[in-house]
Amino acid sequence: METVLNVAVAGLLLGGIFALISVGLSLQYGVARVLNVAHGEFIMIGAFVTWVLYTEFGINPLLCMVIVGPAIFVIGFILYRTMFNYIRIKAPSPDAFEGNSILAAFGLLFVIQYIALTLWGSNIHGYTYLAFPIHLGTVTIAANRLVTLGFAVGISFVFYIFLARTRLGKAIRSAAQDPATASLMGVNIKRVLAICFGLGALMAGIAGVLLSMTYPVNANMGLHYTIIAIIVVVLGGMGSIVGSFIGGFILGIVGSIVSYFDPGLALVAYYAIFILLLLVRPKGIMGK
Amino acid sequence: MDITTFTSNKKFWIWGISLLAVLAALATLPQWLGSYYVILLKDILMLVLITVSWVIFSGPTGYMSLASAAFFGVGVYTSALLLPMTGAVLPLLLVIVIAGLVSFILGLLAGALTLRLKGIYFAVFTFGLVLLIQRFLLWFEMNITHTRGRFVLLVEDNTIFYVMLAIFVATLLTAYFIRRSKFGLALQSIGLNEEAAAHSGVNVTRVKVITFAISAVFMGAAGAIYATKLTYIDPYIAFNPLFSFLPVLMAIFGGLGSFYGPIIGAALFSYLQEFLKTEFPFQYMIIFGLLLMAVIVFMPRGLVGLVQRLLASLKEGPEEKSTPGWAIIFCLFGILGGLVGWFIFRERRGARVLLKAGGVVTLIGGAAYLLMFLLTLLGGLGGGYF
Repeated sequence: METVLNVAVAGLLLGGIFALISVGLSLQYGVARVLNVAHGEFIMIGAFVTWVLYTEFGINPLLCMVIVGPAIFVIGFILYRTMFNYIRIKAPSPDAFEGNSILAAFGLLFVIQYIALTLWGSNIHGYTYLAFPIHLGTVTIAANRLVTLGFAVGISFVFYIFLARTRLGKAIRSAAQDPATASLMGVNIKRVLAICFGLGALMAGIAGVLLSMTYPVNANMGLHYTIIAIIVVVLGGMGSIVGSFIGGFILGIVGSIVSYFDPGLALVAYYAIFILLLLVRPKGIMGK
Repeated sequence: MDITTFTSNKKFWIWGISLLAVLAALATLPQWLGSYYVILLKDILMLVLITVSWVIFSGPTGYMSLASAAFFGVGVYTSALLLPMTGAVLPLLLVIVIAGLVSFILGLLAGALTLRLKGIYFAVFTFGLVLLIQRFLLWFEMNITHTRGRFVLLVEDNTIFYVMLAIFVATLLTAYFIRRSKFGLALQSIGLNEEAAAHSGVNVTRVKVITFAISAVFMGAAGAIYATKLTYIDPYIAFNPLFSFLPVLMAIFGGLGSFYGPIIGAALFSYLQEFLKTEFPFQYMIIFGLLLMAVIVFMPRGLVGLVQRLLASLKEGPEEKSTPGWAIIFCLFGILGGLVGWFIFRERRGARVLLKAGGVVTLIGGAAYLLMFLLTLLGGLGGGYF
């Protein structure tokens, strides 16, 4: 019983991070139509910058979110406004844009990853922050993991309210449904899509900050999280923020169950779920 | 398929004879060239043949397969299992045929499972296949066989070269005949409109799966012979995701519209890649990434498309469209030049490297600049930002 509870709690904590990462990618793919395979690299940047700021300057990792978030938002915004927007305009069809933009994103992945490798090397880094245990009944949790889960859920919730209640959120939702019509209704489509891409990158950056508190930081860590995010986005249904959020928790729990038996097989299990899902219900949990 | 449709075609004979001449020249190369060039040519031949076999399926249908590395890796592993360091289990040529067959079967399986997926799902799934096999093998070797990596039998450079040349010729012939046959027409109609193709009597699933598997054969065979050059392999080396992107990039670089586009693109690009790899072993991937982005942004229709557009605008006068090209191209090549300059400064590798690197950057930048300039003069591109 205790093991079951421990595995479940570990799954929830893992799922919180997965959910945060996937909500960002869901926004990038669902609205901006870029399957950003460099998503994990933004996570890596966030984690590395936090590591540098904490170990070199002693800046509180939670404070780093305020620094890393906006900086990565600007990078994402500029990337979409220049490169991806240019590809979008030149592409003969939306499908061609998706194909070309995924390749460009792969180029981005290589550039970011190898710049990080030349700057910081391939060693594994880490630091300890809020690592004291908290006892909840029979289950023991590290405080930093709980903080991570809290922030992941909180940020996702704030973001959902932003999409549902604000004017810009409404513009984003309309752009997701039909970009051409939205732009006829007075939505500045170039700006809105770039903001979406930037917000997706921002969430990846913040996820990186949170991850660095509990997991080791490494220049090669990005692709792993990208793959998880893609699986979760497909699982939840393309472009559905709620679906991605639920899907993140499902994958987190599956991951923690499989890891309990054999950690080496976690990624294989994610793929198995992915393949099964694509064959059975290609639209995903919340897909329309 | 009627053979007279080929023999009565004048173009077929011109291309055929010139291709034979080139192949004959290639076959005699090891006699009068140093071993460095033989190895270099072998690598170029391999990348060209992988690109051409990728185009067999993905070119006409528009399904972007990223499974190339899986087929290639399966070939590498077959070779490692059947040609271990301790002595060959089977003769070399038989191993290559078997590797091709194993890839073919994997292609059939993967194709049957996934070809109902469309667009981005297909690309993601095929890429997932590469990582899935890689991870599974890693787990298998770690937990079941308790080994890490394998050593492969050494084979003479000239033998590798001739085998690669043979696979290359087989790939080109297959690609050409598929393109010119009824089968190729079916593939093209699938690419244009799958539903319409199905209604016109094309067995869509069968055509797609079989072509996918055929294109896998050559990648597997190439992987098998490539393994003998590597000598040491493990799942990370065998299933290197780079081999999934290189064919896509090279084909787009050359231009997907024509038969010779991917061949020219792959040959040029693989030479450039070898050069970058030897001169900038650490920064090579950064430059590769920048090139990937630049090719997608500026040449979505490839070298051939660019030349065709240039010729068309020379013939028919300027196009009406105006797009912002200048700003980004200057930025990208500025970054590229800056990076190269910085790394050279940092490593202090002397004037020779500086000269070579400068040459390459100037060549790329200059060529792109010149083309853009000409196109702008003709009203084709540019003008938006300046």
